[in-house]
Amino acid sequence: MASAESSTGSYVGQPLARIEDPALVTGRGRFLDDLDPLPGTLVAAVVRSPHPHARIRGVDLERARRHPGVAAVIGPEEVLETLRPFPLSLKTPMPYYPTGTDKVRFVGEPVAVVVATDRYTAEDAAELVHIDYELLPAVVETADAVREDAPLLHDSAGSNIASDRLFDFGEVDSAFEAAAHVVAGEYSFPRYSSTPMECYSVISEWREEAGGPQVTAWSNFHGPFSMVPVLAGALGIGAAQLRLIIPQDNGGSFGIKAGIYPYVALMAVASKYAGRPVRWTEDRIEHLLASSAGSDRVMRFSAAVDAEGIVQALDVDFRENVGAYLRPPEPATLYRCFGNITGAYRIDNVRLRSRAVVTNKAPTGLNRGFGGQQLYFGLERLMDRIARTLGQNPAELRRRNLVPTAAFPYATPTGGIYDSGDYEQAVAKVLESSRYQQLRKEQEEARARGELVGTGIALAVEPSATNIGYVGLATPAEERPPGRDKSGSTEHVRVTVDPSGTVSVLLGTVPQGQGHATVARQVVADRLGLPLEKVVPKVDMDTDSTPWTVTSGSYSSRFSPLLTSALVEAADRVAETIKVAAGVLLEAPPQDLELDGGLVRVAGAEERSVAFRHAAGLVHWDPGALPDGVDAQLYAEAAFTPPESTAPSRTDQINSSLCYGFVAEVVQVRIDPETYEISIQQVNAVHDAGTVLNPLLIEGQVHGAMVHGLGGALYEEMSYTDSGQPTSTFMDYLVPTSAEADFPLTGDRVVTPSPVTKLGAKGSGEGSSMSFPAAVASAVEDALSAHGIEITALPLHGNVINDLLTRATP
Amino acid sequence: MKPAPFSYVRPTRLDDVVGELEEAESAGSGKVIAGGQSLLPVLAMRLGRPRTLVDITRVPELAGLREEGGSIRIGAAVRQRQVEREAAQRIPLVGHALPWIGHREIRSRGTVCGSLAHADPSAELPAVALCLGAVLTVTGSRGSREVPAADFFTGAMSTVLGGTELVTAVRFPAPRAGEGFGFGEMARRHGDFALAGAAARVRLDGGGVVEAQLVGFGVADRARSQDFTGPLAEAVSRHGQDEKALTAVMTEAVSEMAEDVVTAGDAHASQDYRRRLIRVLGTRALVRACADSRRRAKR
Ligand SMILES: Cc1cc2nc3c(=O)[nH]c(=O)nc-3n(C[C@H](O)[C@H](O)[C@H](O)COP(=O)(O)OP(=O)(O)OC[C@H]3O[C@@H](n4cnc5c(N)ncnc54)[C@H](O)[C@@H]3O)c2cc1C
Repeated sequence: MASAESSTGSYVGQPLARIEDPALVTGRGRFLDDLDPLPGTLVAAVVRSPHPHARIRGVDLERARRHPGVAAVIGPEEVLETLRPFPLSLKTPMPYYPTGTDKVRFVGEPVAVVVATDRYTAEDAAELVHIDYELLPAVVETADAVREDAPLLHDSAGSNIASDRLFDFGEVDSAFEAAAHVVAGEYSFPRYSSTPMECYSVISEWREEAGGPQVTAWSNFHGPFSMVPVLAGALGIGAAQLRLIIPQDNGGSFGIKAGIYPYVALMAVASKYAGRPVRWTEDRIEHLLASSAGSDRVMRFSAAVDAEGIVQALDVDFRENVGAYLRPPEPATLYRCFGNITGAYRIDNVRLRSRAVVTNKAPTGLNRGFGGQQLYFGLERLMDRIARTLGQNPAELRRRNLVPTAAFPYATPTGGIYDSGDYEQAVAKVLESSRYQQLRKEQEEARARGELVGTGIALAVEPSATNIGYVGLATPAEERPPGRDKSGSTEHVRVTVDPSGTVSVLLGTVPQGQGHATVARQVVADRLGLPLEKVVPKVDMDTDSTPWTVTSGSYSSRFSPLLTSALVEAADRVAETIKVAAGVLLEAPPQDLELDGGLVRVAGAEERSVAFRHAAGLVHWDPGALPDGVDAQLYAEAAFTPPESTAPSRTDQINSSLCYGFVAEVVQVRIDPETYEISIQQVNAVHDAGTVLNPLLIEGQVHGAMVHGLGGALYEEMSYTDSGQPTSTFMDYLVPTSAEADFPLTGDRVVTPSPVTKLGAKGSGEGSSMSFPAAVASAVEDALSAHGIEITALPLHGNVINDLLTRATP
Repeated sequence: MKPAPFSYVRPTRLDDVVGELEEAESAGSGKVIAGGQSLLPVLAMRLGRPRTLVDITRVPELAGLREEGGSIRIGAAVRQRQVEREAAQRIPLVGHALPWIGHREIRSRGTVCGSLAHADPSAELPAVALCLGAVLTVTGSRGSREVPAADFFTGAMSTVLGGTELVTAVRFPAPRAGEGFGFGEMARRHGDFALAGAAARVRLDGGGVVEAQLVGFGVADRARSQDFTGPLAEAVSRHGQDEKALTAVMTEAVSEMAEDVVTAGDAHASQDYRRRLIRVLGTRALVRACADSRRRAKR
């Protein structure tokens, strides 16, 4: 258990207010658009394809180049001359550049870039770019894209299926043969996004140096830094010739900004031809058309169920719509939840077919709940269907199938190791706080009176701290070259003590607004026995000076489990040196000393103490006084490297995340029987994210994730017409606002500390975004149960209910 | 998302506004800008490219919000929010409708006359103007004319306004004795344009219905008004204040109006769903208007 390692300090676990907020709420945030790091920077506008699929027959940039105020206009020719295709996660011949080169493959795909003195001029000149297109038939849904006669996105690949893998664990066939019931369903999860307030922002500078090109770029990228080698690969330079700088404030991302790197490359090309640094600030239409989104997925789930309702085997088929290119890190969405594909349930036999399919939609990528939103929508809908088929209570059925509390740490058939949990307790709590059983009776009576009310339930195992090794699964084991495995959930920090005893903490996590600085301060202050104000976290990133590795960044809820663990390691190393220095001053052996209240004290003899800052001062000013063999080093770096995160096995098992938290959610809805307006009446949720580092922040994450889930459940969809035209404004792409998010919420928690992180903390940023869409669907289905309607797709709203009811009553 | 080049003038006299519009017309095209809440997105997306914008919000003659012969007269520079704050009680149907327009921030810039001139088929104010029989004052170089709302709207985003004319004011009649109002709409989110909506005005005299007007919006190229005096009078004489019975009978009557709804439908609402909404919201608005009339009579 982690409790032995847990902090004895007084700040961790407190609901401390965010130190980030005063600047943000008084307009003193420093976002990239507020900064002008390179005076003389020019401004770009991007010319984009209006067509979902077309061959580029010719590009005429001359008129735009002659427009007053224009410094350069680049197109496919310049891109091909400067860049190589981005290295993909798979050996699939689907070359990906930041612009269309031979063809355009989605509406909004960049084709040319105009660089001018200002954005207005650039947009004026952009209208003068002439592109000659030969229109091609478009394909937007995976069902159509996999057909034999489907138009091909990438001729060289010969198929629109970018990846197709089959995994088999346990005895699936015999389980299905022996099953009392086989229950199956097909579900589809919509393509949607997180629509951060601040869109993409990039400044790139290309310089020709003696040793070759050097690219310096500012952007609001936040990782995964495995995209840095991908970017460098396209630029044809080493990562050392690429310097990436990320300002302290990022106006949100939720994963979406991981897809910014193609624009960093594109603006580098623009800078090369303009001879000046180039800035591009994405506008909302560009963002909705062509930044990134979570993928839409069609899923077939079938379960072998015994007479008692215990699921003996699962057979799963995922068809992921990754859009026009397999933009790295895709097809990661398919594999992010590989180790927890069986969710909260003890199911030993699993078969999975995973296909990534390219279509004429924009490329997909990270989005809060990555892979889990899709998975749990299918899995939890299936559990409801099993309950209905067997005439069982949906909560009871789930309870019977839970991973038992005594089974932790629990190994899933797909390789996941659930580090800790008490699902039974969490489910019991949520059923009690929601009065679930009683509520269902009351609602049944209300439905008999013609009211449309219902209750839904969803359970989700929330993975955090991704093991990037899962990306390897997309390649068959026999084709994964030996010695070239991938794994890891490493996180880096540097902790430095200055001569006055103030501690600065350099984080490699690149937050997007989560409050990393607040929590980092709590953790380090505790470890070093210092008041909070003596700890100064720095979150801006410069790849030339901040310690980082390919797994760095803020994604997969990795700060709480990983970075805080690295902080503990680094702070403890610094503490050792402080104790040695204090030992000199106190004439006491370092091992007898403890850090507390800004002092270094002899344990058991409280009157014998020196100030922390005096001990630090000795190391800086009088290193000659240190004992022989002790370095005068008051900084320490740590790279937390959990041994549990290893590469996929030869049999394709992987522990795809380091930690696994838990969410149990019950949602009540009411539907107006005339207008079919859906309103959420009450939400009860129980979360387990291990040790709570700051209750205020975790609560914010729960609310945020839930409202993100609400978006997918009732409002948001990046829909495309059959001809491939997408939604492109906030008039049609409906993000829930505070007015939609004011449903009553009763939250509770269970705490099972993780044994694999230093403080027992797990991630908690995504859970409800995974469970909430499923819980809402479950509730709506319940409300409509008299009409025998099954909910298999999202989002749900009056129009959808009207369609379903019209179809149900012929 | 940056507008094409344009020039901008902000006169302080109505004559100059008209003069600037004339001049702009001869030089290409001019456009009035009031609150900018509908026009700026059009410019930013380059869906419109007027050469000159004539800002009317600094013209003192257009700033008035006052009673005038049994009506409330709202000048073209008056923001929706000001009406919401200062005149909602005096023109109750306008008061019911205003909170449904976008968000407070939008209403504090958007003007009442701008919404009428813009003539969005899903907008609340054109429907309310139709229901109340509002009268618009239209001014151009040849002087001013009075146009009843029923004659003003000619289609989706189109009105009888000429290229160099502007709406200088609108007059909404204050409630007459026995009048009552009902309003309702359905949008995907708070503040979105309505998928469909309904505004109703009824007049009762000695318990009997002597006038009933229902306007549906969001379902055709412009708001549609229909007289329901006959059916409502009969329903009320038979069922009195029994709202359940009234609703059942009126749903039948409003169904016919709903069946006339012909729209292409979109991802947010099909034609069939819009018909349902008009039926439900229209009926509710009429029934509410009856109750409202009785409530007012008691005061
Ligand atoms: C996010 C958002 C949500 C919204 N939601 C709603 C909603 O739910 N319901 C709704 O009805 N509206 C909604 N609106 C629009 C809003 O009500 C606008 O304010 C209104 O439609 C136009 O008023 P304006 O003063 O802003 O006009 P402007 O934007 O300045 O002008 C609009 C058009 O009208 C013309 N015009 C303006 N004033 C005059 C005049 N006096 N004479 C002649 N022509 C004139 C202009 O030339 C232009 O063509 C919303 C707007 C936004 C941005």
